[in-house]
Amino acid sequence: MKVLIRRPRREVELPGRRRVRDVLKELQINPETVIVVRGETLLTSDDVVGEEERIEVIPAISGGAR
Amino acid sequence: MKCSTCQAKAAIEIRRHNAAFCGPCFLAHLERQVQRTIESEKMLAAGERVLVAVSGGKDSLCLWEVLRRLGYETTGLHLDLGIGDYSPEGRKKTEAYAEAHDLPLQVIEVKEETGFSIPELAGRTRRPPCSGCGLSKRYLMNRAALEGGFPVLATGHNLDDVAATLLGNVLHWQVEQLTRMTPVRPASHPRLVKTVKPLIRITEREAVAYCLLRGTDYHEDECPNAAGATLLLYKDIVNQIEAVSPGSKQAFYQEFGKRVRPHLAASETVTLRECEACGQATTGEVCAYCRMMERARQVTVRRGRVTRTVLEVPPA
Ligand code: SF4
Ligand SMILES: [Zn+2]
Ligand SMILES: [Zn+2]
Repeated sequence: MKVLIRRPRREVELPGRRRVRDVLKELQINPETVIVVRGETLLTSDDVVGEEERIEVIPAISGGAR
Repeated sequence: MKCSTCQAKAAIEIRRHNAAFCGPCFLAHLERQVQRTIESEKMLAAGERVLVAVSGGKDSLCLWEVLRRLGYETTGLHLDLGIGDYSPEGRKKTEAYAEAHDLPLQVIEVKEETGFSIPELAGRTRRPPCSGCGLSKRYLMNRAALEGGFPVLATGHNLDDVAATLLGNVLHWQVEQLTRMTPVRPASHPRLVKTVKPLIRITEREAVAYCLLRGTDYHEDECPNAAGATLLLYKDIVNQIEAVSPGSKQAFYQEFGKRVRPHLAASETVTLRECEACGQATTGEVCAYCRMMERARQVTVRRGRVTRTVLEVPPA
């Protein structure tokens, strides 16, 4: 599967089918700090991402003042 | 995972509430949470005009959209800080949102207003950009609210912001700052407008989910000056704890408000007066903003061994 990550923007390739939870663990991303989407659909930690699919990890934490 | 409300497939899990929601139920849940915060903290009265500080990022656009949907009479206020590629993009998103929903928006160009963009201000005062930026924002927003006759100014500070700020203030025992950490800052002087933070029970992650599900297009990039900011470090730490122990973040902030702040509040006895230069509320003779701008306008000229400070730019 392909995982698009921001800041810095990059794409990582992971082998096999995995749950979102395991993808984040593998990439050492704290699930409390991101939203994972497949296209327009928001995924939860137990959703499975297929071998051929592409997901995006959207960062939620920002440092600037409002 | 299934929606706790309607059993449809869930779009987001909220571990601190031990719940998961499908898109529509989540949107309703978040809006209800904000409405409850507004009511319990007496932030806004029905029919009151609200000035909403909007940067174009997810939090402020989430706030504007929620307030709009809850039926409040809102006007947006955007400060164009003049920071590289970052500011034009935030302004564009803000203007696009206002136009799409036919909402009034006031844009203040900081450079035009004060003579300096935020990076120029930082260079001239030799202070970190965030310090001059924060001070300018508070000052200009308050002034805009006063001039526009708005009784209240709403900002998009969320649970992550206040929990991280609380951690920082506790680490350094900034008692005065702790005393001021309230969801509502009352208008304690005729030249101060009441400010409220309706999103203090909403996490940043939820604000992102809300914008995505509502199709609200926000400015995703970070201000270049935010990188490495200590606030980010504190947010990171708070969220590491949250990941292991869901609910900690909210409890940390909420219990502070319930159990600790009331004891601190008694010690807050500052007398406010009007700044001799601009008339805004301050504790001293001249307010911090006017003092900063005065410093920014001065340049130091060195000729041989003589150093002279001259006023280079006339007051805006
Ligand atoms: S990160 Fe600093 S300079 Fe950038 S907008 Fe926030 S306060 Fe201003
Ligand atoms: Zn539902
Ligand atoms: Zn002043």
